[in-house]
Amino acid sequence: MNWDWSAVDAFLPRLADGLLVTAQALALSALLAFGLGLVWAVAQRSGPALVRGPVAVFTEFIRNTPLLVQLFFLYYVLPEWGLTLSAMVTGVVGLGLHYSTYTAEVYRAGIEGVPRGQWEAATALSLSRGRTWGVVILPQAIRRVAPALGNYVIAMLKDTPMLFVVGVMEMLGEARQFSSETFLTVEAVTVVGIAFILLSCPASFLMRTLERRLAR
Amino acid sequence: MPADTANAYTDTDAGGRAQGRATVGTGTTADELIRFDRVTKRFGSNTVLDSLDFRVFPKKHVTLIGPSGSGKTTILRLLMTLLKPDEGTITVDGTPLSHEERNGKLVPAGEKHVREVRKNMGMVFQQFNLFPHMSVLRNITEAPVQVLGMSRDEAAERALELLDMVGLKDRSDTYPGRLSGGQQQRVAIARALAMRPKVLLLDEVTSALDPELVAGVLDLLRDIARTTDITMLCVTHEMSFARDISDCVMMFDEGKVIEFGHPEKMFGDPEQERTREFLSAVL
Ligand SMILES: Nc1ncnc2c1ncn2[C@@H]1O[C@H](COP(=O)(O)OP(=O)(O)OP(=O)(O)O)[C@@H](O)[C@H]1O
Ligand SMILES: [Mg+2]
Repeated sequence: MNWDWSAVDAFLPRLADGLLVTAQALALSALLAFGLGLVWAVAQRSGPALVRGPVAVFTEFIRNTPLLVQLFFLYYVLPEWGLTLSAMVTGVVGLGLHYSTYTAEVYRAGIEGVPRGQWEAATALSLSRGRTWGVVILPQAIRRVAPALGNYVIAMLKDTPMLFVVGVMEMLGEARQFSSETFLTVEAVTVVGIAFILLSCPASFLMRTLERRLAR
Repeated sequence: MPADTANAYTDTDAGGRAQGRATVGTGTTADELIRFDRVTKRFGSNTVLDSLDFRVFPKKHVTLIGPSGSGKTTILRLLMTLLKPDEGTITVDGTPLSHEERNGKLVPAGEKHVREVRKNMGMVFQQFNLFPHMSVLRNITEAPVQVLGMSRDEAAERALELLDMVGLKDRSDTYPGRLSGGQQQRVAIARALAMRPKVLLLDEVTSALDPELVAGVLDLLRDIARTTDITMLCVTHEMSFARDISDCVMMFDEGKVIEFGHPEKMFGDPEQERTREFLSAVL
């Protein structure tokens, strides 16, 4: 096997483009996953029965089907229904929605971990439902589960290459394109792999530190 | 309720048992601050309160005593709407907790109505239940700002006065986790008072404290009982404290008030054998 360092040089600028897209996709889908997950969790805890059931079924369904299938669905089926989304939006929605069903579970655990006395104290002070959630319960719940949420961001990072199937030119997409032009596949893919290691190792380390901090 | 005429009770005071309804204070129905009408509460097949009737007039201090499991906590939790009765009506300052009038019709109470009635009451818990992620000051100011619509500055000023009263003025920026149990409980009392409640519900507020911290909290409550107009409903095992502050002691057993009256009489010469037994066990 030949290793061509000049190929690495040639690929790096493309990698930088891809990295930017990866970062964008990750940031947006993480925001979506955090926000939607919170909606699912709160709806399941205190929404009306008419909402709780469908939310439970929907999140269970999403959690138990592969992300790749969901991405294909968004990519091929939505346009049939007249809804055409850009590659980035499709990818972000797919990844964010998928992971929102996991973050929902994380939030749920965090919410259940808040002692009942906190709800009762909030009630005894006549705080409204919204205030009780917003200033009493969620700040405590989220603090508890911040490391677990962080770990899902790392998992999402490692799933971003899947967005390539809906045409998002993230790092792997750039590598595939580069190799189809130059036939220098090994170099490009190896560089992408290393880039992922360089990103996720420090991130994991950061999460473990955070976890230890919060555990104290 | 036509049979419930106002003056049916006007001659009763602590100890007046003629109507069979425990009554603390005097006045007309319109003056009543707390009223339980045939309130029944069950947990599964366990009937904790059995068609309970009692009423309390403003500014009175009532101590609830009785064996473990007799439903003392349940009464306070029903009042605070942390629980719903299975039967009967609870009325606070003339307003029923369970229903409201809308367009001339009685309908089950909505969230807003319940919150409105709750504003009359403050509660202090055995386990303090301070918000651990908020400073002491914020613990006290949050509800006045959010619920009473006070400005942050005004609420903070009031909170500092209250903290001064409970002896913790210099700890306003501290987080509850860094306070002793006794200090936390005093903050919890300040937090409840910040809402200017008419009624203060106290559920074994010193039971979770180390023995050496109990006296400080009880002294504070004695001060509050002496210097404010606040009505108190208090569950406690501290009988000398109960004797000091109470206008009336109510003895609960098997879901009912089995005896009530002035603390001198209740602790000195109770009528019921069950009361006698209970008191000799705890005194
Ligand atoms: N949420 C609940 N679910 C089921 N049973 C309950 C619940 N809360 C209270 N009980 C039962 O109701 C009864 C009365 O409880 P309560 O806490 O009011 O008693 P208490 O007089 O305050 O007793 P203690 O002196 O031990 O605090 C007990 O038998 C208790 O087991
Ligand atoms: Mg109790």
